[in-house]
Formats: sequence, C-alpha cells, structure tokens
Amino acid sequence: MKARSFSTTVLSFGLAFLYVPLIVVMVYSFNASKLVTVWAGFSTQWYGELLSDGQLLGAAGNSVIVALLSASLAAVVGTATGYALARFGRFRGRAILTGTVAVPLVLPDVIAGLSLLLLFVALEQAFSWMPGRGIFTIVIAHTTLTMAYVAVIVQARLVGMDRDVEEAAADLGAKPFTVFRLITLPMIKPAIIAGWLLAFVLSLDDLVIASFVSGPQSTTLPMVVYSSIRLGVSPKINALATVLIITTFVLLALAAWIGRNTLKSK
Amino acid sequence: MNTVLRIAGVTKRFGAAAAVDGVTLDVRENEFLALLGASGCGKTTLLRIMAGLEQPDAGQVFIDGKDVTATPPYARPVNMMFQSYALFPHMTVAANIAFGLKQDGLQGDALAARVKEALGAVELDGLGERKPHQLSGGQRQRVALARCIAKRPRVLLLDEPMAALDKHLRERTQMELKALRARLGITFIVVTHDQDEAMAMADRVAVMEAGRVLQIDTPLALYERPANARVARFFGNINLWTSSSKTMALRPERIRISHAPLTDGVSGTIENVVYLGTATTCFVKTAAGQTLRVSVPHAEGAQAFNQGDAVHLSWPASAVMELPE
Repeated sequence: MKARSFSTTVLSFGLAFLYVPLIVVMVYSFNASKLVTVWAGFSTQWYGELLSDGQLLGAAGNSVIVALLSASLAAVVGTATGYALARFGRFRGRAILTGTVAVPLVLPDVIAGLSLLLLFVALEQAFSWMPGRGIFTIVIAHTTLTMAYVAVIVQARLVGMDRDVEEAAADLGAKPFTVFRLITLPMIKPAIIAGWLLAFVLSLDDLVIASFVSGPQSTTLPMVVYSSIRLGVSPKINALATVLIITTFVLLALAAWIGRNTLKSK
Repeated sequence: MNTVLRIAGVTKRFGAAAAVDGVTLDVRENEFLALLGASGCGKTTLLRIMAGLEQPDAGQVFIDGKDVTATPPYARPVNMMFQSYALFPHMTVAANIAFGLKQDGLQGDALAARVKEALGAVELDGLGERKPHQLSGGQRQRVALARCIAKRPRVLLLDEPMAALDKHLRERTQMELKALRARLGITFIVVTHDQDEAMAMADRVAVMEAGRVLQIDTPLALYERPANARVARFFGNINLWTSSSKTMALRPERIRISHAPLTDGVSGTIENVVYLGTATTCFVKTAAGQTLRVSVPHAEGAQAFNQGDAVHLSWPASAVMELPE
C-alpha cells in the first residue's frame, strides 16, 4: 500500500510539472482583466478579440496551410523512405540512409533552420529561385524535419508486419506495385495517418526553423505570438494558446488512438 | 507419367550454410508429394524456391519443361498456401479469393462464379462476406486453400498446412486434402515435419536432411525398403545394430515373441513393457547383451508378457535389412 501511494505521489508531481503551466494559461484566457497576471472574474471577451485580430488570423491561416502541405509531403516522402528501409533488403547506401533518417530527430532546430536558410539563400543567388522566401520555403523546411518522424513510424509498422501477406499477394499474381497499392498501403494506412498527424502538430508548433526560413509575407502563428509577447502580453495570447493547446491535444490523442488500434488489429 | 515440375541441382545458401544443397527432384503430374524432414532441413526453402519467393544460388527450376528459374512469383503457374495462411486482413473472404483471379483479368459474373466455386470446394458457402478475423482457425485454413485453388494452378504448394490446427481436426483435414486433390486434378506438394501426416496424405514422400533429399519413394517403399539408416530411423521405431561394419535394421513388428522355445530363436529377458493401446512394446535384453524392441499386437487370446519374463524371439531372415549409414 505504501509503495503504491509513493508512486501515486510521484506521478501527481510529474503530471503537475507538465500541466500546471498549461492550465494556468487556459484559466487566464477567461480572465476579465486586461492585466495578464491579475484575476478579475470570468469573461470570454479575449476569444472575441482574437477572432477580430486580422494579423493573428492571417498568421494562423499561414500556419495551417504550411502544416497541411508539409504534413502531406512528409507523409509521401516519409512513407517511401520507411518502405525502402523496411522492405528493400540490404541495398547500396542503406546504412547511410538509416543513419541520416534519424538526424532530423536529434538535430537542434537552430542548426536545421540556419543550414536551410543558407541553402535557400544560395539557391536564390545561383538560380534566383524562391526570391525573398515565403510559405513554400517553410513548407520545404518543415517537410525535411517531419518526414523523418513519418519514416520511423512507417518503418516500425512494416517491420512488425508479416511479409507472408505481401508474398502471398505476389504469389497470387500481383506485380510489385499492385502489391504495394492493394495490400501494403491499406495495411500501413494507420501508421501513415498517425505520422501525418504528428507532422502536422510539429509543423504547427515550430517557431525556430520557421523564423529562419520565412519571408516578410509569411509569418506563422508561433512567430506572431513570440513577437507580440516581447511587446507586452495581451490576454488574447492566452486565448490563442488555449485554442492551440486543445488542437494539439486532440490531434496527438487521435494519432495515439490510431496507433493503438493498429497494434490491436495486428 | 509426365513431369510437371523439375528441380535440377538446386542449391540455396544463407550466409555460409546451405539450406538446400544440390537437390534434384521430379514432381509428376497429378501426384501428392510430401517433403518430409525435421525443422531446418531446407524443405520450406525448397518450396519457396518452387514458388519463386527465393532465388536459388545454383540450379534450375522447370515447370512443364520451361525454365522458370528467373520468372518472378507473380508469373508462375504455381500457388502457395502459407503456414500462417497470410490472408489479407483488410479484405472479406470473397475479396481474398477474388484477388488472385482479378490479377488474371477476370471480372464481373465470371469472377463471381469462380469465387463461388472455390468457396463451395472448401465448404465455406455463405461465409464470403466475413472478414478473416471473424473465422475459426480451421475456416481460415480453408480460405487460404480456396484462394489458391481458385487460380487453378499447375502445382499447389502447401507449407505445413496442419501446423495451426487442433489434433482432432488434422486427420479429417488430411483426408479432405487428399480427396480434394483427386477431385481437382492438381499436383500438390506439401511440406511437413510429421511422418504420419506425410504417409497419410502423400503418394510419394521425399525425405530431407541437411538440405539434401535422402530418398524419394512411396510411403510403403520408404518403410519396407529404406535407402539408409537415417531414412529408416525417420519412419517409426526400428532396431538397428552393426554387424561386421554393416548396419542391420529390423522392424519391431516383424519379431515373434514367445514364452516357449522357438526354432532358430534367440532367448532373452523382458526389461520393460510399454502399453501403447494398439500394441504393446517389449524391450527384450538378449543373451548376447543386445536390447531389441518387440511390438506385440493385441490379438484375441494373446499371451501376456510381463517385465522379467524369460522369452524367446525369432524373425524371418528376410525381415533383416542391411543398410548403408
């Protein structure tokens, strides 16, 4: 009994450490006062103001577009990479690919952002490609980061999947691409969706890389939030943070739920 | 008889070890052939080479006289039933069966008719709309079988088809497979580690060990005239001894046992008695110090033998086989 109450205590502290700051933000988003740190009764006025703030809404739009595009690109590229790693046996350069796929997972965002910025600047100078940078450079940058996550999830799913099923399809007369389209793809679909959701959240969340590679007309939501905090915090930001926290939680819960169901159906 | 599938000098290595080591094998049209051996003897690898799922390092595979060694699995007129059944989990039973037929370009009524026919052949009528996870193990095995025979292959390969079935279901399924093969007129090649199963189903059995085929013959010939001691040991219990550097073999049921002295007999003492239901096995230590296994059938009014009894044994000279190792 004692050991159990000890572990409960540890767990409560851990959860509190993680979630109390988030709860504070969520509570203060309903604060009637203009001062962020002084409670003056319940109000939803900041949500109303949030909806009428053109700059914030524009940035939110940018963020969603970037997240949608980069998550979709990452799903395609990541699935191809995961499939190659799990199914192509020992091809030339496999060891290099295995190693490099994991790099974006551990590379500091500052380094990733800086190197991508240098690349885009060099491309602009050499080919006048993507002058001034914009949404598309952020999409590319986010894709390089998030495809690694998709690749790892898809690879894990494929490794855990019996090859028999794909071999049986080939034995029944299906050519390799047909096997992939009709058998492999439906079976790894949950992993791809989970990877897509994760990529979407990561992209929505990113401040550092986006700050490096964005252009003047392509500010994303985290960038607006960050810069507005430096000018003094409006309770509007709390409301925005609450919306973001809930969106992120829902998407991550969805990704986890899909991932778990995949394991169960196995 | 026509040869439908020919394996010519096939070798397959995994790393340094040869899983299949220079196997040559002719499979006749319309026969039921069993590849029999302990696990790791290379029988499944040989089956996968026939299906085109493994590439041999040396040797060729011919189907109907045509070299198919380099032909990919999807273009070979053979189908394989996997030990795991490998059903497509996201498709219904009917869609599983239709999958292979669609690859041949079949559609519409012709496709539906062939699916129905295959379901009927394995007595699964009416279960076409189920998903694999809604079926019992025995039903799943039938779906896997139906999926293969729907394609009407030249050769059907079965990898340990009974491995996942209950014991009481196995014997029935063995008989059904045998009947199905006769009805369809397709050549069956089955991989098994169970000699009883091989003998119950197959017209011919290829006994494999360490990647080689030791002997290929009818179950009767393998039992009565094993090519060597290793094959003899594989089929039932057998008495083996060395006599002037030759291995002699004698089946336990060919030995006569009696309390009364026998002409040309050997005397001995019963060391142990094991009751096996259909027969009793007596382990008799002879005067020469050798222990012989003797199988005594439970005939009407048969003598009872007990541990410690002094007995006499005799056997016809023709029952003793001289075998190379």
